[in-house]
Amino acid sequence: MAESAAEESLITDEMRATIGDKSEPSTLEVDKLQIRLFARAVGHVDPIYFDEEEAKKAGFRSLPCPPGYLGTAIFDPRTSDATFGGRRGGAPPPEPRRPLNRILNGGNEFEYLGDICAGDVLTAVSYVSDIQERKASLGEMLITQSKTEYRNQNNELVAVATGTGIRY
Amino acid sequence: MGITWNEIKEGQEIPVLKKNCSTQQLVQWAAGSGDFYQIHYDKDFAISTGLPGLIVHGALKNAFLGQLVHDWVGRNGRIKQYGCSYRGMDYPNEDILCKGVVKRRYEENGKKLVALEVWTENKEGARTTPGSAIVEFTN
Repeated sequence: MAESAAEESLITDEMRATIGDKSEPSTLEVDKLQIRLFARAVGHVDPIYFDEEEAKKAGFRSLPCPPGYLGTAIFDPRTSDATFGGRRGGAPPPEPRRPLNRILNGGNEFEYLGDICAGDVLTAVSYVSDIQERKASLGEMLITQSKTEYRNQNNELVAVATGTGIRY
Repeated sequence: MGITWNEIKEGQEIPVLKKNCSTQQLVQWAAGSGDFYQIHYDKDFAISTGLPGLIVHGALKNAFLGQLVHDWVGRNGRIKQYGCSYRGMDYPNEDILCKGVVKRRYEENGKKLVALEVWTENKEGARTTPGSAIVEFTN
């Protein structure tokens, strides 16, 4: 079967050129109030997420981050997104060759390289690590993998989060 | 609390963690995670986007899998890596069973490591959130 012009890759050279480009750093605060709120929402029962003495007995400096929590972006109504809290604006990423209007969160993965506890201030830098395309039941799909590196106040790399975004 | 390295065998299933999200829990998660997207707590809004109703946040199911592994490990180690894919939607007031099985127990550079397959299962038994985890044990 001959490939028509419409079969050209969704991924443009301009898109490929953005792979590895680091974002501006953003600051995330890790505090006791938010750790308790997060742990309560999940339904955690381990007291180390609620009681600082228990956390210290278990060898942590203060309440540790529950799995999946990596600090909270500082909300500022002048610059933050009202729904998701992250920084809004900035240049939108380049568009694929054919328009894709729907978005799915494909997955999240966390790698921990050190303890993260209440009182820490994290600096996060993100970049697109991979762009793939696939034909699936939903039609043409663009799969973008992004990585975010988190460093603490001592400039130690403590976590790397990988997110998979799907547009179709 | 928690399992120890010597008690772990490949193929072992870890204790099931059962969840069933009330809409209250989804609101708590919105505040806890900072994700205030209305499809998770405003039914009219969710339906207006074409969904059958409210859906459970993918990241909350991810956090459930984190709890599953954390509660199994207890004080005997640390989660080094974990994650999942979002393959299917889950709904409030329906059971979500969080499950896991030990795939590999091994030592690497003097570290005692365990690799797990983890997932959430809906009431039909479908794996809506397949994932994996790596734990380093100290006990």
